[in-house]
Amino acid sequence: MESAMQTPGIFSPRLLIDISYFLTACLFILGLKRMSSPVTARSGIVWAGAGMAVATLVSFLYPNMSNYELIIAAIVVGSIVAWWSGKRVAMTDMPQMIALYNGMGGGAAAAIAAVELYRAAFANAAHEEVHHSTIVMSLAVIGGIIGAISFSGSLIAWAKLQGVLNKTVRFAGQKFVNGLLFLASLAVGVIVVLHHGADPLHVTLIFALALLFGIAMTLPIGGADMPVVISLYNALTGLAVAFEGFVLDNAAMIIAGTVVGSAGTLLTQLMAKAMNRSLANVLFSDFGSGGGGAATAVSGSMKPIEASDVGVMMAFASKVIVVPGYGMAVAQAQHKVWELCQLLIERGVQVKFAIHPVAGRMPGHMNVLLAEAGVPYDLIADLDEINAEFETADVALIIGANDVVNPVARTDKSSPIYGMPILNADKAKNVIVIKRGQGAGFSGIENALFFLDNTRMLYGDGQKAAAELVNAVKAVG
Amino acid sequence: MTGIVALYIFMLAAFTGYEIIAKVPVILHTPLMSGSNFVHGIVLVGAMVALGGATNPLEKTIGFIGVLLAAGNAVGGYVVTERMLEMFKSSGAKKKTQTENKGGH
Repeated sequence: MESAMQTPGIFSPRLLIDISYFLTACLFILGLKRMSSPVTARSGIVWAGAGMAVATLVSFLYPNMSNYELIIAAIVVGSIVAWWSGKRVAMTDMPQMIALYNGMGGGAAAAIAAVELYRAAFANAAHEEVHHSTIVMSLAVIGGIIGAISFSGSLIAWAKLQGVLNKTVRFAGQKFVNGLLFLASLAVGVIVVLHHGADPLHVTLIFALALLFGIAMTLPIGGADMPVVISLYNALTGLAVAFEGFVLDNAAMIIAGTVVGSAGTLLTQLMAKAMNRSLANVLFSDFGSGGGGAATAVSGSMKPIEASDVGVMMAFASKVIVVPGYGMAVAQAQHKVWELCQLLIERGVQVKFAIHPVAGRMPGHMNVLLAEAGVPYDLIADLDEINAEFETADVALIIGANDVVNPVARTDKSSPIYGMPILNADKAKNVIVIKRGQGAGFSGIENALFFLDNTRMLYGDGQKAAAELVNAVKAVG
Repeated sequence: MTGIVALYIFMLAAFTGYEIIAKVPVILHTPLMSGSNFVHGIVLVGAMVALGGATNPLEKTIGFIGVLLAAGNAVGGYVVTERMLEMFKSSGAKKKTQTENKGGH
């Protein structure tokens, strides 16, 4: 086999690799295209997966490779751990899992850059001739910095969403320090490029500073904004992969990385737009800190209600709109809620689900969770479709949602969520809020909806409350 | 490949990525983000080449970590995307058999 690799000609390994990479790039693009429609989405990931398998297998044929036992060991261990964790993770925890896998990709891109740069640095230190051009060195450095930022930043994002890290670290002049970290990393990178690799210490410094910057940049961002940040890091990892693809002269990496880079950037903008914020605002403002400094004076009191009363109210309603939030999914209440809705539909009640763009933790996350419970698509409506309908609804059932139904977003200019599009649940004749306790939402802002005259609070765990409502509606007979 | 050809590839791929996402319904945003997360797992082939060419312990260690992380990105990304998209299949078929499944849970 070793000798065959050296043979030039039509069937050289290099040609086979190039053709396979071309095929992989086609499969990736077609796969992503299929994933963009619900009908073909499922086959899309299979197509992309086939492309990945082809590319991985054919890469073993690269000429002059060694360390096969290390490569295989790393692939096997990494695959098994990722397979196991990916199969086990709950649907509710999907966003942080994506963050984790994304960070791994960024780390891998940084590792490629590190190998190349250390090689150049040691060669330079030993006064050997340098092989890389300035452009290749620059791309290696930029890709390495971006990859390292994506790696450490994604890990912080994962830790925050997973609840491992609850602190939101902030101090005066933080943005200045962060900016300094980034510029310092870049400056050392320029030195390394100009001095043909400089020395190993400089290379180490690039990555250390970039990793620190990733951490420092992500720490002040609140949990509510994390999905946008994860999406951004996803795009950054794509870009880092593309840059390292230039360094390794690998077309598959350039194409796949760039496609993800631009698609991810657009996706990030769409997410930020769904929250009515600019990306800069997400990254550099103090929103979502959990502090909620603006102490909005909310008048009135929260009025509790019993499940049996809610059951009667809903059983005799003509239209019920359910507003599910992340809290419902955490309580695993979606199955019970759907059972409740099926009972109501049998009684002739019109039932709809109203989904806020950022319900759940990412755009579309709640749709996935409801689909898991078996809710058909035609009952699920998004914000633009449903908002006019609340006025004609007898009951709006809020379960696990908070900030996305807070009317202060429409009325209170001093509120941090002012201007965010919300579901107008307060316009319904009756509003029932299923809530565990009296605490504020994910963003830490008091919800004026809970204090309205037409609002009643049904306290308790989401799943238990939904089960009580099922029994209550059944009892109506 | 020459620099200018690489630049063309970069430009065309960027437009491709933009066009793929531009018309996607919100319900597919999370699976698509997960899917694109899987696609940049292609970094695995680069990490393999880096480790394959490693000659000293430092390069081997970094290369090994690189392949390990990249394999995790690719496999993990595939598994979670597939799990999410699986639900879309069942919901498509569900509308036909909805009456039979009532009270199934």
